[in-house]
Amino acid sequence: MYYIDPHIHMVSRTTDDYESLAKMGCVAVSEPAFWAGFDRGSADGFRDYFRQLTEFEQRRSGWYGISHFTWLCINAKEAENVRLSREVIAMIPEFLDKPGVLGIGEIGLNKNTKNEAIIFLEHVDLAVRTGEQILIHTPHLEDKYPGTRMILDMLTDDSRLDRGRVLVDHVEEHTIRHVLEDGFWAGMTLYPVSKCTPERAVDMVEMYGPERLLVNSAGDWGPSKPSAVPDFILELRKRGHSESLIRRVVYENPLTFFSQSRGFNFTPPDAVVATEFPPSSFAR
Amino acid sequence: MSTPHTAAEILEREFLVVRAKLLETAAAFDRLDRAEGSVANDPRRQELRQALDVLAADAPNRAEKLQLLFSLPYEPNWRKQLNVATNK
Ligand SMILES: [Zn+2]
Repeated sequence: MYYIDPHIHMVSRTTDDYESLAKMGCVAVSEPAFWAGFDRGSADGFRDYFRQLTEFEQRRSGWYGISHFTWLCINAKEAENVRLSREVIAMIPEFLDKPGVLGIGEIGLNKNTKNEAIIFLEHVDLAVRTGEQILIHTPHLEDKYPGTRMILDMLTDDSRLDRGRVLVDHVEEHTIRHVLEDGFWAGMTLYPVSKCTPERAVDMVEMYGPERLLVNSAGDWGPSKPSAVPDFILELRKRGHSESLIRRVVYENPLTFFSQSRGFNFTPPDAVVATEFPPSSFAR
Repeated sequence: MSTPHTAAEILEREFLVVRAKLLETAAAFDRLDRAEGSVANDPRRQELRQALDVLAADAPNRAEKLQLLFSLPYEPNWRKQLNVATNK
């Protein structure tokens, strides 16, 4: 089964992980800009990071036939520094026309502070003005519920926004309904410890159906497993769900959502004819 | 949408898994009791106690209820409190 991992931080992973992803059936990844584990000191630090996301990771993923897409922003944790955030937001348009850029993300809240909310709104405004899609990070643990509600409050208040072009990530049992009922896409993020598991993600599919629902591995520098989406596929199979349902959630849904971005240029692997093989992207 | 398996099939498949998770939980509470000192007044200890009540109740959506139990509340007037304007 082909699948797409719609939220995975490949800059934190090894080239071996790309190889494992390819062997498990992953044909495309989308990588939002995030917090690297330490605060960056300058806008130039972000410029280099955006080059890595828009240039180098595409090349590295191509070695294994995986298409790489990306989202740009300054994340909620570093958004506490409003001046730096505004410098980064002003720089983002330089990169929006690069191939593979799907939009603005992952923006959101972390500790649900005033500065985080201000910078979130400025990112949303940039996305609306430039016609970009949005990928949203919701806080973890005890902050998730109020933070998600605050984010939805800000989004639904902006009448310019097309809700079908916004993905709200890291939903769990207490936030998924709010996100879907407001008309947004919802992403479930699977972690080996402390957060959502493949079993609970399948429960949510059973309770809410596959419409506008995505699943991802996060695959970042913390404890996380690039194999999380295949684990989710296996759990769906163990429970007797149809292959068409599985394919819808792990492949067709991300395709549908990403296809709304002008930077999404993707040839499904089953559309590649034999004479084109190996695709030129495999070349180093 | 629902699950293709019957309740009996799910119990057959999950019994040992749930049993193991309950034993882990029981052992963690025992560990707390055996240790020096008391956490009886720690709000997190009380949350764990309330969580057991949620599990024991014969009511649906236990996972969602536990999530809300472990969450901070949402304040609908947050914008006023933080003085954050809108994008409109
Ligand atoms: Zn992330």
